[in-house]
Amino acid sequence: MGKVREVKRRRAAGPAKAAAKGEALTAEFKLGLLRRMMEIRGFEDKVFELLGRNILQGASHVYAGQEAVAVGACSAIEDRDYATSTHRGHGHCLALGADLKLMMAELCGKATGYCKGRGGSMHIADVSNRNLGATGIVGGNIPVGTGAALACRLQKKDSVVLCFFGDGAANEGNFHESLNMAGKWKLPVIYICENNLYGMSVAFSRACAVDSICGRAPGYAMPGRRVDGQRVLEVRGAVLEAAGRARRGEGPTLIEALTYRYRGHSRSDPRVYRTKEEEAYWHDRDPIKLFKADLLAEGSLTEESFAALQAEVDKAIAAAEKFAVEESPYPKPSELLDDVYCGWVETEKGLVRTGNS
Amino acid sequence: MPVIMYREAIRDAIAEEMRRDPRVFVMGEDVAVYGGAYSATQGLVQEFGEERVRDTAISEAAIAGAATGAAMCGMRPVAEIMYVDFMTLAMDQFVNQAAKNRYMFGGKTTVPMVLRTEGGAGRCIAAHHSQSLEAWFVHAPGVFVVMPATPYDAKGLLKTCIRDDNPVLFIEHKMLYNNKGEVPSEEYLIPLGKAAVRREGSDVTIVSYSRMALRAEEAGKKLAEEGIAAEVIDLRCLKPLDLDCVLDSVKKTGRLVLASEAYKEGNFVCELAMKVMEHAFDLLDAPVERVCAANCPVPMSPVLEDECIPRADRIAAAARRTLGKA
Repeated sequence: MGKVREVKRRRAAGPAKAAAKGEALTAEFKLGLLRRMMEIRGFEDKVFELLGRNILQGASHVYAGQEAVAVGACSAIEDRDYATSTHRGHGHCLALGADLKLMMAELCGKATGYCKGRGGSMHIADVSNRNLGATGIVGGNIPVGTGAALACRLQKKDSVVLCFFGDGAANEGNFHESLNMAGKWKLPVIYICENNLYGMSVAFSRACAVDSICGRAPGYAMPGRRVDGQRVLEVRGAVLEAAGRARRGEGPTLIEALTYRYRGHSRSDPRVYRTKEEEAYWHDRDPIKLFKADLLAEGSLTEESFAALQAEVDKAIAAAEKFAVEESPYPKPSELLDDVYCGWVETEKGLVRTGNS
Repeated sequence: MPVIMYREAIRDAIAEEMRRDPRVFVMGEDVAVYGGAYSATQGLVQEFGEERVRDTAISEAAIAGAATGAAMCGMRPVAEIMYVDFMTLAMDQFVNQAAKNRYMFGGKTTVPMVLRTEGGAGRCIAAHHSQSLEAWFVHAPGVFVVMPATPYDAKGLLKTCIRDDNPVLFIEHKMLYNNKGEVPSEEYLIPLGKAAVRREGSDVTIVSYSRMALRAEEAGKKLAEEGIAAEVIDLRCLKPLDLDCVLDSVKKTGRLVLASEAYKEGNFVCELAMKVMEHAFDLLDAPVERVCAANCPVPMSPVLEDECIPRADRIAAAARRTLGKA
């Protein structure tokens, strides 16, 4: 663990890297990135609160602390692109443009949610908005994202796929099989490993034989790059560059974003495996705080406009809670067997065809 | 009518669908240059090129998962897992991702993919290349399981599976690839979930699928010589299942024998027996009999392998037992 933290400390001491070369972003665009990060933070804080009050059931792995990765990465792709997500996927879904209300409704298991309440926290998908879905199986989305990239290639589209996963997933066999396939076939996929230093309780340094995931990239004939996952524009810059490569037919990239999850793995995790000092270090490098400071320094933001933005975000989160908790119905029990199959329905005697599938 | 082999029927089905629909593509281990471990994709790469007929690394999870992702993004993959035994390596991708994505995501996606594989014993290749694991996949909501026994069924069903919008596990049988049968030269499709009555009879119903369906027919012939009229049904699809065909037959015969090449415990036919009990208990005049593989890993030695797998004489003996003629 000590070694990884040393690496992070060194990075933290350096200046934030510029975004993609020559990229001039408008203040409005940057404020949009800040707002999305704040919305994710607000959403996750609310989720944690609702879990504590037993209003929200089930497991929710919250994304607080990692916002710059999802927002930076998703800001670098286009409407024609795709993303696949993880069990810690709320941030990805929101960063892709999901509606706070429909997200919260899904987490609450309501009929109005993105997946009609069937998926919940771990299986959020907004397929019509590029998100091919989160998965409850660590690393389960890596082959799927790779296949999405294969589809883009076969359809001769210049679309790319963002494939998010964590440091834990990088030690799954799926990682190896998929990156080898994408590297061999030069598929348009960007693998983003969010290295938040822990796979549940086991520190990255205790689980992984090497000290970086991106260092494995040469084994798959693709470039690997480590970025500061607390710096939204640095993540964006790396993904833009990788997306450019992918669109030009030059193949995949492996990006490792160093980041940190503030909460435990899940609600029941007391975080005995890490120190208060380490947590304080990362809170000091909060992605929202860092970006806010940049925007204040360049004059795109004032303390007053930040406060106004925070008030708007708080209002939107409150509205999402009200919509999900108070205004949305649960699914009807009679809908239990809907959509297991496409064009077939389960009856007492088994499956019967209903459509022209 | 032209007579072709089972493996040619498979290949023709894929080729016809690839000509018809540019979204269809093939990937798997040794499917292109080699033409498939059992020659079922012979010639495809020559006609369609390496972009649409893709040899992959030996990476079963990536094959099944990439098929899933490609299907969700508008393609119609026909991916091959060389042996059903190797589905163990693709299990998560098929039963957790492909099978469940549509339901979990609120019906907002479709996963129109076919995983072709083959199973069964008969070649003395032992415990990792001879199993019949279909029950595992019938147990996974969201996927279909199709197991043709004849060239005609293999072609007509595979074409239907490729056009269906659900993930399908299409399990061929390694001992059937060189079997010949009549297959029309004009296009035809066989609907999913329709069983075939191979032999009509009113004394006892024998239900089976895949290679065991052929042994059930053989048993039916033997029984006929003894004056027992067995009705022999080939399910062709385990899911969707043609339960009505079985129930209609049991209504006539009152006796039921289920034959399968899979391990006896937890066999798919146990589920079928349960369904028959639920829907037609009063029609049964004798306990349902099952004839399955032994509960041991499939052994290599030809003597042991033969002992392990049901033969026609055992199916016939089970039929006699239901009639009190043991």
